[in-house]
Amino acid sequence: MTENVARRGFLVGGAVLLATGCTSNEPAAAPSSAAAPAPAASGNDQPGTKVVIGFSAPAADHGWIAAIAKNAEATAKQYTDVEFRPVDPTNDINQQISAVESLIAAKVAALVILPNDGQQLNQVALQATDAGIPVINLDRVFPDKLAYRTWIGGDNYGMGVAAGHYIGAKLKEKGVSNPVILEIQGIATLPLTQDRSKGFADALKTYGFSVTAKQDAKFTVETGNQVAAGLLQAHKKIDALWNHDDDQGVGVLAAIKEANRSEFVMVGGAGSLNAMKEIQSGSSVLEATVTYSPTMASSAIKLARLIAQGKGMSDLVENQVPQSITLASETITKENVEKYLPLGFES
Amino acid sequence: MSRLGQMRHLGLFVAIGLLVIVGLITKPDNFATTSNVVSMLSLAATIGVITVGATFVIIGGGIDLSVGAIMALASVWATTLATQEFGPFVMAVCAILVGTGAGLVNGLLVAYGRLVPFIATLAMLVAARGLAQRMSDRKTQLIQTGNSAIVELSTTRLLGIPLLVYVFALVVVLGWILLNRTTFGRRTYAVGGNPEAARLAGIDVRRHTMLLYALSGLCCGIAAILIMARTTTGSSTHGDLYELDAIAAVIIGGTLLTGGRGTIIGSILGLLIFTLITNLFILNGLNTSDQLIAKGLIIVVAVLLQRRNLKEIR
Repeated sequence: MTENVARRGFLVGGAVLLATGCTSNEPAAAPSSAAAPAPAASGNDQPGTKVVIGFSAPAADHGWIAAIAKNAEATAKQYTDVEFRPVDPTNDINQQISAVESLIAAKVAALVILPNDGQQLNQVALQATDAGIPVINLDRVFPDKLAYRTWIGGDNYGMGVAAGHYIGAKLKEKGVSNPVILEIQGIATLPLTQDRSKGFADALKTYGFSVTAKQDAKFTVETGNQVAAGLLQAHKKIDALWNHDDDQGVGVLAAIKEANRSEFVMVGGAGSLNAMKEIQSGSSVLEATVTYSPTMASSAIKLARLIAQGKGMSDLVENQVPQSITLASETITKENVEKYLPLGFES
Repeated sequence: MSRLGQMRHLGLFVAIGLLVIVGLITKPDNFATTSNVVSMLSLAATIGVITVGATFVIIGGGIDLSVGAIMALASVWATTLATQEFGPFVMAVCAILVGTGAGLVNGLLVAYGRLVPFIATLAMLVAARGLAQRMSDRKTQLIQTGNSAIVELSTTRLLGIPLLVYVFALVVVLGWILLNRTTFGRRTYAVGGNPEAARLAGIDVRRHTMLLYALSGLCCGIAAILIMARTTTGSSTHGDLYELDAIAAVIIGGTLLTGGRGTIIGSILGLLIFTLITNLFILNGLNTSDQLIAKGLIIVVAVLLQRRNLKEIR
């Protein structure tokens, strides 16, 4: 439990680090000293009008989503002028719709929504907007721009590109021709998975490489383990492997260790604490991971607060928060892992 | 009865033979290697142990939908920081006790609470997963380095085969003996075939039914240890939809869902068919959706063939 609290402190610190990074040019505060919000250049963090921020996200059956909910709550708690009102997380579309409806009825000042499915939640987000509540769309995008005020999320295509560049450059450097490059996807039917794969393939193409084989797991440790065990059998010699998701990566790494294989380079995805520690130790094939950081939830809460209080982002010229913010996918390697450890989430 | 059993098994062996031929033709270099066979057996071990328990329950006229969830709960309980402090042995015992305990609750609800097995175990499925999520705070719980003895079940090899495959084999052998060579086994057939007749013959049907579910829970506990060894983790996401795989393997293996008939060997062969299909699809780089279609077709074909065999013999 104490460890949990300590970790929360870390996450909060990370969130502040990220936010100060984009709103001020002052050197980022050390994570450990981040119990209170670091001062922004413009005084945006000074208490303003009291606002109620509603929050709805899928059930946390996965480390990444669990970190989303935690980060949102931790960030909201930093502000005395924010009342955080989360609704029961659920994986049922129908229930999420009614949860959002209840927040609309409660007349919150702003809504942060990570929908189970953007398409299916679009209607209710539109209702909120029509009722005059600004919607901050987190990650999974609503198809209708009328439905939300601002979107903030990760870059799935960019994640694939980052992984592709790391692997491409590595293999080029080694001078491998016709490398065997494997890919373990998450849930194959999701658009986000398809975007990641496309980015990966496109980046590899610039090196003249292509993916030899890909299989989909289901974002869980167990499916990652099964798929990896099979792929290792199918390919006696592998040059590189990209695994889309660090949560399922625990199972992938277990399979690789069990098969006693170490002839290739592995890159992960998302940026979990486990993966970072593995990269730091340098004891396994996992050399890098490309981020899709759940710190975006912290930033979403900050944006919701600014929008509800009618403030803009202090580093930008505009008076209002931008309509869309796409986070860059960053590549974590042994060289820079130190800096990212506080942002890692527990899978 | 035994002729019927043989005929059914013959069909399963033919199916396995065909799949092996497909493997040899499509991937001659990768399929028939020791490491691929070992990999398949390791993959089959976890669900195989569960299938043994499920076979007992289904022959006894019941159904257990909660196997995957119970396994997940046992794996989570055994890998909490509190449990891990006591070392790998206690972790293993914990997994087995949690599994058996949850199975016992199923058994009490079905046998003495008079709940329909489908409903009682459905309730357990939902509740056990919920409890597993709550206990783990929905996180993946890594096995700490001090307790890597558990992981060694998967990494240590005897004669080139990981220990967990031996555990699987042992469970199958013990299950076979229990079903075919003991009073418990004969009672299981009797209770599943005709509970009223079994009662008149002096069998305590309720008690026996309860024990069958506890046995299934025990198997889930053992399976939890194996999945912990393979993945180095305990997680509430483990064993998703295992109940369907286990039931499908049992049905393909020729066990009647109505109870009273069936064999452990059949169930294991049914499971191997599924494992072979998964392996062939991955080796050939085919997509998961087609794999699901193939599995669905096999279930239907298997049941149709069995029904024809049944008629011929009658």
